[in-house]
Amino acid sequence: MWSRRRGSLMPAGCGLEELRRRRREREAVLRKARREQQLISKRLLRDDAPGEAEEGCVAMILGEAEIQQFLRLAQRGTEEKERERALVSLRRGLQHPETQQTFIWSVWVDGQECGKDGPQAEQGSGAHSRRLEGSMRTLVGLLTSNQALLQLEAARCLHELSHSEQSAVAEACLPATSYLLTYLSGHSSDFIELCLYTLGNLIVESEAVRRQLLPQGIVPALAACIQSPHLTVLEALGYALSQLLQAKEAPEKIIPSVSAGSSVLASTLPQHMLRLLQPGPKLNLGVAMEFAWCLHYITCSQVNNDLLITHGALSTLGLLLLDLAGAVQRTEDAGLELLACPVLRCLSNLLTEAAVEAVGGQMQLRDERVVAALFILLEFFLWKQPSLLPEGLWLLNNLTANSPSFCTSLLSLDLIQPLLQLLPVSNVVSILVLTVLCNIAEKGPAYCQHLWPGPLLPSLLDTLAFSDTEVVGQSLELLQLLFLYQPEAAQAFLQQSGLQALERHEETQLQDRVHALQQIALHG
Amino acid sequence: MQLPPALHARLAGAPGAAEPLPVERNPKAGAAPFRFMARLVRFPREHEFFEEGDVQRHLYLQDVLTQVAGEPEKPRVPEFTCQVAGCCQVFDALEDYEHHYHTLHRNVCSFCKRAFPSGHLLDVHILEWHDSLFQILSERQDMYQCLVEGCTEKFKTSKDRKDHLVNRHLYPVDFRFDKPRKTRSLATPQVTVQVSAEALGADWEQSEGDAMEGCSEPASERRTCGHRIPPIICFGQGASRGFKSTKKRNKHQ
Repeated sequence: MWSRRRGSLMPAGCGLEELRRRRREREAVLRKARREQQLISKRLLRDDAPGEAEEGCVAMILGEAEIQQFLRLAQRGTEEKERERALVSLRRGLQHPETQQTFIWSVWVDGQECGKDGPQAEQGSGAHSRRLEGSMRTLVGLLTSNQALLQLEAARCLHELSHSEQSAVAEACLPATSYLLTYLSGHSSDFIELCLYTLGNLIVESEAVRRQLLPQGIVPALAACIQSPHLTVLEALGYALSQLLQAKEAPEKIIPSVSAGSSVLASTLPQHMLRLLQPGPKLNLGVAMEFAWCLHYITCSQVNNDLLITHGALSTLGLLLLDLAGAVQRTEDAGLELLACPVLRCLSNLLTEAAVEAVGGQMQLRDERVVAALFILLEFFLWKQPSLLPEGLWLLNNLTANSPSFCTSLLSLDLIQPLLQLLPVSNVVSILVLTVLCNIAEKGPAYCQHLWPGPLLPSLLDTLAFSDTEVVGQSLELLQLLFLYQPEAAQAFLQQSGLQALERHEETQLQDRVHALQQIALHG
Repeated sequence: MQLPPALHARLAGAPGAAEPLPVERNPKAGAAPFRFMARLVRFPREHEFFEEGDVQRHLYLQDVLTQVAGEPEKPRVPEFTCQVAGCCQVFDALEDYEHHYHTLHRNVCSFCKRAFPSGHLLDVHILEWHDSLFQILSERQDMYQCLVEGCTEKFKTSKDRKDHLVNRHLYPVDFRFDKPRKTRSLATPQVTVQVSAEALGADWEQSEGDAMEGCSEPASERRTCGHRIPPIICFGQGASRGFKSTKKRNKHQ
């Protein structure tokens, strides 16, 4: 059921330790970029590890003469295989930034790029008949030719160019975009996949590029293409769409349902995305991952989440969560956490929408199994990726904050103890755990009766020893609620040296709450 | 983290919500100096809370994209020929054959044998090039539809449509799939456009021809190979077609 297309990328000859070290390096680079809000950048898209030669072929830098030669051979060669090989050689050369520069520079040699600017006035209708030497123009010609295999190779060359970090190179690909979009409604899955990855790279390039792609109809083209049955196409489409949705101007210009035709929410894309996220035998991990991230970028932009709710996003994602929890128990599948993360985020954000109350107060998500699933995922995160624990706990907060039913579930399913086991993980996790416990405690005596007697009090005494002010502060809040609704707990607190635990915070910024708590404990 | 054993059973069990315990709040709860209030939390796009998950996501993407850009793996099969009548292209990889078929044989106009990248463009072509009713109607109403998926605009002439494509949709002036219809009549203003299209046709290298002619293999490439297409390949209802509606009607009679 959880079929996965791509295997993990393991460069030959790399030891495990080396891999780990490189991964840590890559993580550090990405983390820095995220903090600077530069995470979407061409430079970071590919892992440019040195020495990943393909089958012994080393990419050489090509000069202008060689480029022209390969192109001429591709256009006019008599032997089919020869023409294809010429383009393969060109593509390999284009892996080098220098070759890329040479290639696009020859576009400008004649000084005329006959493209969307239209024919130059002084040439009249003859503009079309004037042949330009531009290499890009030739490549686009090959891309749109009737020679299928040359088309494919030309598309690969274009893809290589679209990857370039140099803006000029990627922008030189713009004359091809109308064709890339046209081909999305074709049928050749390999070709479409390539076009989509190329478009995805170009989308990341700059707002200027997107300003061309949007009027060219990229959103309707994607909406039509998403009906393809091919998993490879769908995964590529999800990638391209996720890049589009991550653009800085997406919340204003790309997502809203205001301008018809060129916006995501006005299209059929949301319905299709949710369809592809439905659990069942057809669910593919790679595809689901892409669209879950797309959905996350839409929901966290807070443009019109009510629309997603009316399309059934909450119930689809809830069922998917249940499915994920089942899957993590069954398999060691690498990558389930990469799907769980956006699903958790979407659910958490969607739960804050007013529409949820309007449809009968979390009606779509009242199922207690969601809590069970969430804890199974928390356990999985603790083992596999502890840095994702806060995301799961965030959902738990949003589930329990206004829901007596979910708070009751946590008690009846015996989940307080497991929750407390997460306290030592990190300060962020501690605060979230304590917040969830406060959500339960604040509902009154019937709830606090289940919190004490129990493991809660000893855990709280431990957290009072933490140095982080916020953690201690949240512990104080919880203690206040506990003492208020379950006075015997105060007695136990005193007996277990609670006052001493409080004393160390008397002179800090927490002093008001510390003093108040001391009073309550002593005098009730 | 030790989960109670009954939890997995609960997950596999029936849907249902817990009957909530009675809620009974005291106004002193969360009163100053305390301040707890149960509340829903939402995070916007760029919030640092998302940093970890975003980093993991991009690590994954890096792996995927590096793979995509790598040398494509093409498992080879014994050589076989395209079985479409008149086409003699030979293949040794299934992906190549798939692309060839879809490019050259899938959306082919049965009238003039031109191949198109999509069913949509083929439909537009048949309508505008081979439907005499279209010509008549277009004199009275706007019939030339915009080629961009999702745009419902229609135009009086092919030129108006091209202008719209260029100005509104930022398409290239010489977009290959918007060739004006070739006509024998010299009286219409389409002549100049036709001339440039011809000239353009001549300018395109011989390999491109005019809007993707059908198989144009030089005679020297012809082979009489008896190799069959591997049985796993199936492309549905086959190649060329003309008017959708009339064909269907005829079939039902």
